[in-house]
Amino acid sequence: MKLQHTMTAVTVLAATLALIATGPRAEPAQDDQLVINGEEEVPTQAPAPAHLDGALGDTIYSGWLFRDPDTRAMQKDDFDNPMFLFVDAGIETWNTPDGTEGKSCADCHNAIEDSMKGVRAALPKVTEKGELWSLENFVNDCRTNRMGAEAWGWNSQEMKNMTAAIGLQSRGMPVAVAIDGEAAPFWEKGKEMYYTRYGQLEMSCANCHEDNYGNYIRSDHLSQGQINGFPLYRLKDQGAVSTHQRFVGCVRDTRGVPFEAGSQEFRELELYVASRGLGLPVETPAVRH
Amino acid sequence: MHRILALTIVVAGFGLPAMAEIAPEDVPWSEDGSVAESLTGTPGNPDEGKVIMTTNALGNCVACHAIEAMPDVPFQGDIAPQLDGAGDRWTEAQLRGIVIDAKRTFPESFMPGMYKVGPFIRPGVAYTAKPPEKPEDIKPILSAQQVEDVVAYLMTLSE
Repeated sequence: MKLQHTMTAVTVLAATLALIATGPRAEPAQDDQLVINGEEEVPTQAPAPAHLDGALGDTIYSGWLFRDPDTRAMQKDDFDNPMFLFVDAGIETWNTPDGTEGKSCADCHNAIEDSMKGVRAALPKVTEKGELWSLENFVNDCRTNRMGAEAWGWNSQEMKNMTAAIGLQSRGMPVAVAIDGEAAPFWEKGKEMYYTRYGQLEMSCANCHEDNYGNYIRSDHLSQGQINGFPLYRLKDQGAVSTHQRFVGCVRDTRGVPFEAGSQEFRELELYVASRGLGLPVETPAVRH
Repeated sequence: MHRILALTIVVAGFGLPAMAEIAPEDVPWSEDGSVAESLTGTPGNPDEGKVIMTTNALGNCVACHAIEAMPDVPFQGDIAPQLDGAGDRWTEAQLRGIVIDAKRTFPESFMPGMYKVGPFIRPGVAYTAKPPEKPEDIKPILSAQQVEDVVAYLMTLSE
C-alpha cells in the first residue's frame, strides 16, 4: 500500500514535470471522466441554466476539467484525495457529544449518510425567519442553540471538517439552490456583486470566470468559477478551503478589501455563484490547485 | 517654512527640477484616451521596460499579454491582445494612455490602470486586503518613469 502511494507520487511528479515542460494550453478537458473509486461516475458538465441567458454558452463546466491530469486523478480516488482526512474527522465529530447539553449531531440527526443527503446541494437557502443561510450557519445554529456548544469560526478546521462530511452526502446530486420567491432579492444582490469591478485592479468575478474561462493568466487556467466542489483541497494552500475563503482570496487579489467570510454579502454571492452551477453535480470534497 | 525646507532638499537631491513629474491625478488626457506628454520628461529606457513587463511585482504585463519577442519568458497569458507589432499599431501617445489607464481608450477593458489611484470600489493597500488609512496609501502600480520605460519598450515592438 505504501509502495503503491510512493509509486503514485512518482507518477504524479513525472506528469507534472512533463506538463511544465510542454506548457499545457487547453480548453476544459474533453477526454477525461470523473469516475470516483472506479465506480461512481460524477458528470462534470451540464446544460447551462436558463437564467444565465447564454453568458457561459450552452454548457457549464466543473473546475475539475480545468485542472491538470494529476490534480484530476487525486479526486478520482478517495484514498488519494487529502480531503478525506478532514471528512473522517468531521464524521468523528458528528458522533461525539459536545456542549452543555451533552449531545452529538447524531443524537438528533442519526446517521449522516441518511439525514444529510441532499442538504448541501440546496444551500444557501432562506430560513423561516427570512434570512439567507449557508451550511456553516446551520451548523453553528445547532451548536449554539441545541448543543450548548461554542460556535465555530467560519473558516476553522472544525467547520471545514463538518461541512466536508455533510457535503459529501450530496456528492453526485445536482446543485439545486432556489433563486426565486424569497431568495430572489438575495440572488439579485449576489448577481450585482458578481459583475462589480472591485479593487485597484478593477476586476469582477465575471472578468475572469465568464469572459475568460479556458484562458490563462500566467500559468493559471481560468475556470468558470463553479463552487460545486467546496469545501475542497487546494494544493496551493495545502489545506481545506471554504467557498467564502476563496471569495476573500479573489477580492484580495484585485488589490481590494474583501467582505468577511460569513458576511451577508458573501452569502448572497455564494447563492448567486451556486446558481450559475445549477444542475452540475456536487463534487464535495473536490481537489484543485 | 517646512515647505521651503522640503523644496530645498528636493532641488539639492535632484539638481535642477527640469520638469515636475505628472501625478496620476494630473495626467493631461486627450479625448481619445491618449497622453501626448511624457510623465517625467526623461526618455523611457526600453530595457528597463522589458524587465517591468515581465516582473510579477511590477507591471507583470505578460500575465495577460503574449509577446513572441520575449521567447524566454514562460507562461505568457492569453486573455489580452498579443503585443507584437504594438509599436506599428499605436502611437506613443496612445500607448502611454493605454498603459496609464486603458479604460480611457477601451471603456470595458479588463486591463488595470497602471498609473491610476482612483476612484475604485473597495480598494485595498496592494495585496494586504486592508483599506487605506489615507488616500495616499493607494499607490499607482507603476511609477511615472516605469510607465515611460514600458512605453519605450512597446515602441520597439515593430513587425
